[in-house]
Amino acid sequence: MPTRASGAGPTSSGDAIRAIPVRHWGRWVSAAAIAAALGWLGWSAVRSGFVDGAQVRHYQFSRLILEGLRATVVLAVAAQTAGIVLGVVFAVLRLSKNVVASWLSGAYIWFFRGTPVLVQLFFWYNGVPSVWKRITIGIPFTHLTLYSARTVDFMTPFMAAFLGLALNEGAYMAEIVRAGILSVDEGQVEAAQALGMTPLLTMRRIVLPQAMRVIVPPTGNEFISMLKTTSLASAITYGELLRRSSDIYSTNLDVVPLLVVASLWYLALTTVASAGQYALERRYGRGLRR
Amino acid sequence: MTDGPVTATAMVRAERVHKRFGRVEALRGVELTVAPGEVTVVIGPSGSGKSTFLRCINHLEQITAGRLWVDGELVGYRQDGDRIYELREREVARRRAAIGMVFQRFNLFPHMTALGNVTEAPVRVKRIPSSRAETDARRLLERVGLADKIDCYPAELSGGQQQRVAIARALALEPKLMLFDEPTSALDPELVGEVLAVMRGLAADGMTMIVVTHEMGFAREVGHHLVFMDDGVVVEEGPPRQMFAEPQEPRTRAFLSKIL
Ligand SMILES: Nc1ncnc2c1ncn2[C@@H]1O[C@H](COP(=O)(O)OP(=O)(O)O)[C@@H](O)[C@H]1O
Ligand SMILES: [Mg+2]
Repeated sequence: MPTRASGAGPTSSGDAIRAIPVRHWGRWVSAAAIAAALGWLGWSAVRSGFVDGAQVRHYQFSRLILEGLRATVVLAVAAQTAGIVLGVVFAVLRLSKNVVASWLSGAYIWFFRGTPVLVQLFFWYNGVPSVWKRITIGIPFTHLTLYSARTVDFMTPFMAAFLGLALNEGAYMAEIVRAGILSVDEGQVEAAQALGMTPLLTMRRIVLPQAMRVIVPPTGNEFISMLKTTSLASAITYGELLRRSSDIYSTNLDVVPLLVVASLWYLALTTVASAGQYALERRYGRGLRR
Repeated sequence: MTDGPVTATAMVRAERVHKRFGRVEALRGVELTVAPGEVTVVIGPSGSGKSTFLRCINHLEQITAGRLWVDGELVGYRQDGDRIYELREREVARRRAAIGMVFQRFNLFPHMTALGNVTEAPVRVKRIPSSRAETDARRLLERVGLADKIDCYPAELSGGQQQRVAIARALALEPKLMLFDEPTSALDPELVGEVLAVMRGLAADGMTMIVVTHEMGFAREVGHHLVFMDDGVVVEEGPPRQMFAEPQEPRTRAFLSKIL
């Protein structure tokens, strides 16, 4: 039997389907219920007189609060940056063939993940200066001294908070970076080695850039978390956002409005950080979509 | 230890090479000599140790017994009179740069363009100025027929194109020896030809090559020397046409009857 042409070429414009979409009544009902509950909560809070919109507006941009905001951002950025550097170093050590290095890194991660940050902050601020009275940096076996100070003078609230948060963050980042490194195909390392690249060069040029895709999203979460964890530094008198707020309400007793002011700033900061995280994720996905 | 004149002239010389992975002994006394300018084709069933042997030549694996020389130098070691010293990582890397390797799964760097893949080692390992490395890389990519794909990322290329970039990347270090580990096995059938054509060109230019492949046409037409491996040893070797026509060993005969 001869074959027969069907005559069905591509059609110029297909018939668009005009269907009536499924209506999701349940979603609307539950959304309305939640909105009503939230509205009632807000209204009753305002009616109680403890949440005063005018006071919130008054304090939101006051000098002390803005100083606290700046201190929060400075501490979070500094501690997170140091934490990322520490994380990369300790992740590489953890995966190295050198048993001592791997063990040392494991011990670091174990210790700093296993103790509360607040305890670590107290340790740096109160513990260290009472145990080691002076800090001296010099060249061994000579009388040359580059830096020397009483530890209490060196260990300012900022320094103690920075050290505590950075070392703690380094332990978490080390695990994140390690997962990222392990996600990179072994063939990549092999190809780099076959081209005569040293292990360090291979790590820097080939493995870490590809590991970024896995490292960036949880690092964004870490930074968002860090922005809020800085509030623990208020316990060692570092003048960040929460400390400034409580300084104010301890004199005038406007507790709730000032907590609202602080919370609004934390929300603003984390919103900006989330947007940045999204942009970074897009950038590091480049060329890797398969 | 005999260190005869053969060692000095051979590009690769293996004497009773063993490689053990825990309980598995992947190589059990490999003997092989590859002369400069020669194309050696290695065939053998899966798991016979072909990849492991190539990786030992490049010191991606360290041999556990025997001796292995590339261009007269012990792989991974420095010999000084009777003493043998283990090489430092940096020195091993320097020697690897003189050997090109092409993998079954291409292993291109996905975060770099074709050009970036080819210039990476010359710039970072050999410290050639990037403008010169780029000129050289363009020439190499042209040579493998990819002049128009220079700025593409690997994900934007077909398998055959990726493998040709990988060959250009290996050639960028001007190697004295090229190792190919089943370079066409991951390719769709219609893309095999373009990669083999590039390899033919290399052979015609006098490159010393060791090629693990199942492409018997290539072995017959391009290979100077055919090696059949099984169970971690070289079972039989010789001129390809002769071995295809009248294999001596029963194991060779059985293998060839299955694939021809
Ligand atoms: N890294 C490794 N660890 C353990 N066993 C391995 C490793 N690499 C190869 N082998 C084993 O060595 C043998 C030879 O493998 P391979 O050289 O890949 O063979 P071929 O390339 O000829 O298929 C196989 O039994 C394989 O399982
Ligand atoms: Mg193999």
